[in-house]
Amino acid sequence: MTEPIAYELAKKQKEISVAEFFERNKHILGFGNSTRALLTSVKEAVDNALDACEEADILPDIYVEVSNHEDEECRIIVEDNGPGIVKQQIPHIFGRLLYGSRFHSIRQTRGQQGIGISAVVLYGQLTTGKHARIVSKIKPDMPAVVVELAIDTNKNRGEVIQTETVHWDKPSGTRVEINIKADYKRGKRFVYDYLQSTSIVNPHARIVYRDAEGAEHVFERTSDMLPRKSVEIKPHPYGVELGTLMKLAKETKARKLSSFLKTEFSSMGDRTTDAVCSEALLDKNLDPHTLTREQIVALHKAFKKVKIMAPPTDCLSPIGEMLIKRSLKQETQEISPEFIVTATRPPAVFSGNPFQVEVGLVYGGNLPKDKPVKILRFANRIPLLYQQGDCISTHAIEDIDWRRYGFEQPNGKGIPIGPAIILVHVASTMIPYTSESKEAIADVPEIENEIKLALRECARKVESHINKKVRRVKTREKFELITKVLPEIAKKSASMLGKPIPSLDRVITKIMDVVWIEDLVEYEKVKRDKKPVQSTLLTTATQDATQDDGGWITKSTIYVVNYKSKPQRFNLYAVIPKDAVVGSVTPKPVKITSNYLKWELPSIPPATKVDIMFELAGLNKGDFDENDLYVEDINPAYVIGADKWEGD
Amino acid sequence: MAHNEKEVISKIDGIAEKIYEDLVNNEIPTLKLSTRTRSNIQFDERLNVWKYGKSKTERSAKTTDGAYMLLRTMYMVDFIKEMIRVKKSSTLREMYYISEGWNLGKFNSQDESDMLAEDLEVITGCMREDFKLRPEENGASVIGDLVIEEVTRNNQKKRIHCQDDVGDAGYAIPYNVEPDKISFKSVDADFILAIETGGMFDRLVENKFDTTHRAILVHLKGQPARSTRRFIKRLHEEYKLPVAVFTDCDPWSYRIYASIAYGAIKTAHISEYLATPASQFLGVTPSDIENYKLPTDKLTSEDIAALKNELEDPRFQDSFWKNEIKLQLNMGKKSEQQALAKYGLDYVTDTYLPEKLVELGLLKK
Repeated sequence: MTEPIAYELAKKQKEISVAEFFERNKHILGFGNSTRALLTSVKEAVDNALDACEEADILPDIYVEVSNHEDEECRIIVEDNGPGIVKQQIPHIFGRLLYGSRFHSIRQTRGQQGIGISAVVLYGQLTTGKHARIVSKIKPDMPAVVVELAIDTNKNRGEVIQTETVHWDKPSGTRVEINIKADYKRGKRFVYDYLQSTSIVNPHARIVYRDAEGAEHVFERTSDMLPRKSVEIKPHPYGVELGTLMKLAKETKARKLSSFLKTEFSSMGDRTTDAVCSEALLDKNLDPHTLTREQIVALHKAFKKVKIMAPPTDCLSPIGEMLIKRSLKQETQEISPEFIVTATRPPAVFSGNPFQVEVGLVYGGNLPKDKPVKILRFANRIPLLYQQGDCISTHAIEDIDWRRYGFEQPNGKGIPIGPAIILVHVASTMIPYTSESKEAIADVPEIENEIKLALRECARKVESHINKKVRRVKTREKFELITKVLPEIAKKSASMLGKPIPSLDRVITKIMDVVWIEDLVEYEKVKRDKKPVQSTLLTTATQDATQDDGGWITKSTIYVVNYKSKPQRFNLYAVIPKDAVVGSVTPKPVKITSNYLKWELPSIPPATKVDIMFELAGLNKGDFDENDLYVEDINPAYVIGADKWEGD
Repeated sequence: MAHNEKEVISKIDGIAEKIYEDLVNNEIPTLKLSTRTRSNIQFDERLNVWKYGKSKTERSAKTTDGAYMLLRTMYMVDFIKEMIRVKKSSTLREMYYISEGWNLGKFNSQDESDMLAEDLEVITGCMREDFKLRPEENGASVIGDLVIEEVTRNNQKKRIHCQDDVGDAGYAIPYNVEPDKISFKSVDADFILAIETGGMFDRLVENKFDTTHRAILVHLKGQPARSTRRFIKRLHEEYKLPVAVFTDCDPWSYRIYASIAYGAIKTAHISEYLATPASQFLGVTPSDIENYKLPTDKLTSEDIAALKNELEDPRFQDSFWKNEIKLQLNMGKKSEQQALAKYGLDYVTDTYLPEKLVELGLLKK
């Protein structure tokens, strides 16, 4: 009798080392080639730095340096002003794959899988044989620790080669230095694009990038407010997988099925709990630890059949329309765009996972009119630079008929052609990436639908903006012409007849036959009473306008001229940004809400001008650069410069 | 029809006054004039010609185009008034170039300025000669037993016999054919033959058709100038000479005939002054193509559109024209005067014209 073959096979069966696993799967982790490796390494380190700062409520100051050495070797340095890392944790965080604090929590973060930065360390070690160097400082009055770190690939453990303590000026922070094999020449463009894009969706971060040529690029902070901290939530029954459900049931401290459901899941109240139990034909007093596989399957099925409230959405941290606009403005200064519009959708849910979509659109300026629009894709504030064609954001854009909004688009499908940049940001507790390299979001109908709704809202704003502009330009041309040609006609006829030149005001009014509304926005610097303090977005607009810390007062003046032959009397609405604080307003408005100001204007006689003025505080210079005006109780066709008020 | 200068100035001032009064009364300035399109011409029973109907077009400063138009009008009437004052005249083309200095009032093309000059005729009832404006081209040429007395630029009266005193090119009709410029002293002929093309005119001259058939030959040079039409009308009225029009066989030639016999759409405001309603169309007719078996060309799509257009034209509504145009549309063919050369160089003078003139009753068998 020979030995069963299985014994023979068993000799070959052993644990696969992480190094081997990494070697075989490096493409899905974003290290597929030496160009990609450069970007992935920078990206993982910067994402970590941003997450660390935000968790500690610190406005991020990130320094990135890339230097290029012989034999395709690059040295990457990423430094932050975050809370630092306790010495004992350094080998775990940087030297162990699949180790992290965020993997088990359900909330919106950049990194999740715990592969990120340790994979970079491993890649560096595998390609250059050099160790990573980590500097960390956790308290202002403590010295910084420096750890030279290697990874024991057999054990999947970080191995401390050497430690020392040094003096570091920073109150706290982390600095990572890693040597990797990378193609700097081809990869450097992506590093710059990534940092610029990161700065757009992280307006609270200041990023300084020193490239291998020694040039320093500064991406300035445009907001002093940290993003709202995302709150950790429990899994929603719609999104939980069978295996997870089994594990939760086994590990729960609850003794009854009903309390298990209520404590371990979100959105489960008494009524839904009862409904789920009766749907699953299970007694709600059962001990969850004793549930059989069949019972858990029944429970899992019952989740899908019962209507359960959507999960709470405070686990999400969108950027906000004003900040997106501000960042886009900052980063597109050279393009001097005509205007920027944004749209934020309310939070929504797919498979029990909350998500929220934000869209921005930059239009005009120096952007090429005959090229496809540029698409900037983001997921949880991370720029997605590769695999544009596979991403849901691209698909949503391609699926909209942009021709009706003034873009070119062959057959009404595909990426539209026109002078625009489109930004799409998807925030979620669970971004459904197409692969582990996290470069494209998979096609989820709920998300695609929300992206489309937001895009259409932006497109409509573009369309109305263009229409308004065309109408205004036409009327202005007519006005300029009439005010030049008519006096000539008058002069000529008067001189032929030897009579005095008649006054033309009333005739010009009759010819124009419109109510003309024009606006002017100016900014005035005001003295700061105190240093700006870090505050969160949750701060409500209760501050007094005069002691606002923003430093700028936005002054908006609206001119209304009645070029109709009869007196006109109507209501005027000026839309204001939500985060603005209204200062002085003349004439006195009849209504002030968080969204708009409303005036009931007195009757304006023909050929007469009325000025309206209001001040806004709490905004940066340029945040509010154009009035969005509406009229009521007048035929909107008479009015140039404002649209019909459609209600709040 | 010519007006004295005082009358012209008061009419021109009338335009300025209308505009001025509008402005003083806080009204948007406007000018009204007859609509100058095919749909607005109608037959005037009294004058026996086609004139503009009742429909009016308004030029208003309410639109930018209208405002420009009014400004140009003011510049032009001022310019005309000045020319009258200093006793000068200019060609339409010269006025177009002068308008370059009219700032916002300048024209984009000469067509625009020519058109406006005609508009002013329509508004005031004056003629462009009253405005001291003259056309670029002069009239065409004449050969026949006719003595004309012309006042030359040296202010001398000169008598010209249109056979003996002229070369083979004939007497050139000046742009002004009013009695102050030319008068007819004697005529020994039976009819006027107006000819479209230069080639056919020369053929008839070489074959001495004017002497053999006692004809006054007038070369139209295509669409006849105002002075050519006026010349024919005067000769017809003063000597009771019948008029026959001899053209190619295509829709454009029928319009040449219509402008002589009925009045042209563009100049319908002065039809009674230019048109000779008794003129007869001699040919070449579409029937001639069949009867004389003439060489032909295919009708182009433009020709067909023009023929269909003429079926709608109020001036072509008699049975002769309706039948001939429909016949031509059916044939899909057109022909030229000179196609008659198929039968030899003398065929037109020996056979075709005598036969056709007999048909028209202008020649006895």
